[in-house]
Amino acid sequence: MKFTVDWLKNHLDTKFNNNQIIDKLTNIGLEVESFESSTSELDNFIVAKIINAKTHPNADRLKLCDVDIGSDKTIEVVCGAPNAKNGLMTVYAPPGSIIPKNQMKLSVSKIRGVTSYGMLCSESELLLSNESDGIIELKNNKYANKIGEKYFKNTSEKVIDLSITPNRPDCLGVRGIARDLSAAGAGKLKINKKSNLKYRGNQNINVTINKEKLQGCTIFGSCLIKGVTNKESPKWLKDKIKSLGQKPISAIVDITNYVMFDLNRPLHAYDADKIDNEIIVRSSSKGESFEALDNKKYILENDMCVISDRSGVLGLGGIIGGTRSGTEYSTKNILLESAYFSPRSIRKTSKQLNIDTDAKFRFERGIDPLSIEEGLIKASELIKQICGGEISNLDVKKIENFKKTIINFDPFLFEKTTGFNVENKELIKILENLGFNVSKNKKILKLVVPSWRPDITQSIDIVEEIVRIKGYEHINTSEPIKTRLKSTLNYYQKLFHFLQRSVASKGYLETVTWSFTDSKINQMFKENDEEIPIVNPISSDLNVLRNSIFPNLIFYLKKNLDRGFKDISLFEIGPAFKGKNPGDQRTVIGAVRAGKVSRLSWNDKERIVDTFDVKKDVIQSLCEAGIDKDDIFIDDKTPSYYHPGKSGGVYQNKKEKNALAYFGEIHPNIIKKLDIKTEGLVIFEICLDYIRESKQKIKDSKSKYKFSDFQKSERDFAFIINKNFKSQELVNIIKSVDNKLIKSVRVFDVFEGENIPEGKKSIAVNVTIQSEEKTLNENDLDNINKLIISSVESKSGAKIRS
Amino acid sequence: MSDIKKVKDDYIDKINTENNVDKVNNIKSQLFGKNGIISNEFKKLGSISVEERKKLASDLNNIKDELQNKISIKIQEIETKEINLKLEKEKIDVTLPERNIEIGKIHPVSQVIDEISSIFSEIGFSVEEGPDVENEYNNFTALNTPDNHPARDMHDTFYLDNNKELLLRTHTSPVQVRTMLKGKPPFKIIAPGRTYRSDSDQTHAPMFHQVEGLHIDKNINMGHLKGCLNYFIKEFFEVDKIKMRFRPSHFPFTEPSAEVDIGYEIKNGKIVIGEGDKWLEILGCGMVHPNVLKNVKVNPNKYQGYAFGIGIDRLGMLKYGINDLRAFFETDYRWLSHFGFDPLDVPSNYRGLSR
Repeated sequence: MKFTVDWLKNHLDTKFNNNQIIDKLTNIGLEVESFESSTSELDNFIVAKIINAKTHPNADRLKLCDVDIGSDKTIEVVCGAPNAKNGLMTVYAPPGSIIPKNQMKLSVSKIRGVTSYGMLCSESELLLSNESDGIIELKNNKYANKIGEKYFKNTSEKVIDLSITPNRPDCLGVRGIARDLSAAGAGKLKINKKSNLKYRGNQNINVTINKEKLQGCTIFGSCLIKGVTNKESPKWLKDKIKSLGQKPISAIVDITNYVMFDLNRPLHAYDADKIDNEIIVRSSSKGESFEALDNKKYILENDMCVISDRSGVLGLGGIIGGTRSGTEYSTKNILLESAYFSPRSIRKTSKQLNIDTDAKFRFERGIDPLSIEEGLIKASELIKQICGGEISNLDVKKIENFKKTIINFDPFLFEKTTGFNVENKELIKILENLGFNVSKNKKILKLVVPSWRPDITQSIDIVEEIVRIKGYEHINTSEPIKTRLKSTLNYYQKLFHFLQRSVASKGYLETVTWSFTDSKINQMFKENDEEIPIVNPISSDLNVLRNSIFPNLIFYLKKNLDRGFKDISLFEIGPAFKGKNPGDQRTVIGAVRAGKVSRLSWNDKERIVDTFDVKKDVIQSLCEAGIDKDDIFIDDKTPSYYHPGKSGGVYQNKKEKNALAYFGEIHPNIIKKLDIKTEGLVIFEICLDYIRESKQKIKDSKSKYKFSDFQKSERDFAFIINKNFKSQELVNIIKSVDNKLIKSVRVFDVFEGENIPEGKKSIAVNVTIQSEEKTLNENDLDNINKLIISSVESKSGAKIRS
Repeated sequence: MSDIKKVKDDYIDKINTENNVDKVNNIKSQLFGKNGIISNEFKKLGSISVEERKKLASDLNNIKDELQNKISIKIQEIETKEINLKLEKEKIDVTLPERNIEIGKIHPVSQVIDEISSIFSEIGFSVEEGPDVENEYNNFTALNTPDNHPARDMHDTFYLDNNKELLLRTHTSPVQVRTMLKGKPPFKIIAPGRTYRSDSDQTHAPMFHQVEGLHIDKNINMGHLKGCLNYFIKEFFEVDKIKMRFRPSHFPFTEPSAEVDIGYEIKNGKIVIGEGDKWLEILGCGMVHPNVLKNVKVNPNKYQGYAFGIGIDRLGMLKYGINDLRAFFETDYRWLSHFGFDPLDVPSNYRGLSR
């Protein structure tokens, strides 16, 4: 909502200066977006200096000028003026500016084969004088240090731009703003002069509001103005319209707009001679159409509120008029409309047709239903004053009477809500100044809500009005109440934060990427999840919710590789979606690692990152987060985007159904399809939702501290075993020989090839044996050794290497 | 006797000039071995008179001690020299680089969420979460924003179906609805998380982060709201004084509503929070609207309280001098390395919010 201070003062007697007004507006909830001069077409014209004027290579009478316009580089301009010479100070118009004399818009153009960027201006072109023989010669001493500055001073009045919240339609007019300011003590609201308008004759175009179920119009007021001379608006009116950032059109249109911004009372003017017999306000039928004033043809649906005549639709009530009945300079007789349309109907229609107009914006928020006559009178007065004509009696048709809202307000609610007290007397005064009618019934205030405040329906609205006008600075700053109702984080929230930092501490940079992604990449990672398209995506490559974190991670990994980074470790923790209903999401960590380990190291051999690098990262992170490493079970079934032979799933224990993590190389097909250029690419993911909280709290598990002081022994074994036999199983077989005595089993060598039969491998393990009760003698150890060998051989088909 | 003294002196000289441990040991066995010179002297003691024996034995012992002492000092001396020589040869260039360090980082958004949670935890708030996909009811209707309400236009919403029933939450406020529907008052929660709006330019990203706050009890008023936010802002920016301004505003789900500005100034091209005469809007808040309480089955005549919503990314930008919101989500390795935080730097009250 834009207006000038001058305009405001038409409604407000105030001693406040501009800054005080600005502050007050902000303090009562009418947020000031800006307070500055409106931009002018003349802003473009710049003081400039010709650095070098040489003759045009293809035309003797033209000159080619290097012009200093205050920027880094000079601009080349072709100029026909005889007085263009080195060192001349003049006025430069850049491409895009409009020359006042002929209203031509400048563009970059070639003049006799040489490109000219803008133009140097004569006085006549700028309408400063009739002097057109040469370009303006500015006095050197006055302008020498103003090169690049605007030539014309912007004298237009500063415009206040308010951001009006949707609950305040009344402040979409200057008078409403003045009323709020006056209630807040910034002056006195001027009383509207009583109109001494003389009416002659009746409004003899019959108006009917059809009684229909979804009728969007309840009041239709109108008057006829006969014998007008439509013309350009006078300067004061043009200035007002311009200050709103709008273009003046004609006196009649400008007046209706002016009244709309002044009183927040939208109006519409019809050329009365173009109306076929009568006005019928009715609901549209599907397929009806009309051409609107924005020069677009609209095809209507059922039940849109239209203003029509016998020939068809004239316009959409409260939204936009039609060209068929539009006013022109030749218009002689006007039908002026001032109506009430319901917000719901306006909103529905404008959404369906995708139209946004100033009138629609206002009706949708709620216009004062009692402002019908006021609007007609104010506009008629102005039309008569500017365009002449005779005004008929006002004709107001209604199908519903406006019911005033009454609120019984207990002033105690104010203190209960805001924490501070305002005397009843002051409270009543604030409400009265805002237009409420206040009467007292014991402690309760009976309030009649002003008709321009559709937003006020209940007591809490009254509290807001009072505290807003009184000022939020009166609210106390209480000490925070520190009472705690429950612990800050639950198990999964703690897990989230712990794993996040745990993974980062393994050398991964955390990133945050969109929750949506490109369906083409998502396709490669979504497995059996359904694709979840966004109906209105921000762009076609962010068109689905991500089913996995990897589409984005891989996409950005590639971007960083393309930037020249080679060794990259990235991870994200966040949602991955499995369906489109609320809650169909998992909390997942996805991590990628590309490139080499120990690249360009002077002492370590560099190698490509591999599956066991990420396996370490994922297992270590899980252990740090409290998962028992001894229980962890690995298998080799993984989603299809992993390398089928070089990836694994991690289970919290052997019995779990869901893998809580996967790790491994990414499938080579994906690397190929996405054209990722890296030596190695391994990934892992953890699904936090599948991690189960340990039944034992840490304080309980810590209290069990057991160790053995008896001698421990280590024995090495090497087995020849089937190539596909999993080392994990071998280890488990050995452990199960004697869970008490066998403390640990470590695989320290795996070997295939020379001396090992085809299809077999050699695995060497180191077994630590220790009793909690005694020192084992050679005999005990021999027995265990034998047991280990026989168990492994019988359960796995392995052979001990001798 | 003088012979033996002479022998001793000779050997002392010999030892002094020696610089090989083996040779010194050799001397040692020449003197004290089974048939060593000194050993043999001791053997002779048995054949002389008691008187002489006493005297000789004492002298002999002195000589023995002296020689042995000399030998062991010498050996130690040589060994020390040898070790030093060996160590000298083993010297490496310690200025060569260490093995590769892989430094991970925490994203500024995560760090700021931890900071915020830590601060609110101190005054008794717990953390709640809600899904990113919401239904129309929780995101709008329950929050007193019915379908025909123009306030809906303030949120450019991403929809997942044509009926506009399913959407990406436009704010964290639906967590209020979920929390209150599933529990009983009092409520004292914050809810940080991802939020989505379909606009995208220099200052807007289609996804951003908010933290919702909600405190409902029997007598919570706007003074408590002011106190809570004043405390939070001061703690968050780690300043002693904060200039704060509550401005009336409008949100359908709170009434009265306020927007909160903090005072700042630009000093040497850097933004300084808490001083100066410029205002920066940082959050929206208000008293939870009675209609919202009714919608979530809380009696507004018995319970009341406040709610607030803060843009997390924006707070982070202000605190850590990050200019471009879009960069948060572009995964530029350089940016993440620069603006990220060390994983061990966990914000907490007792160790300090930030280093």
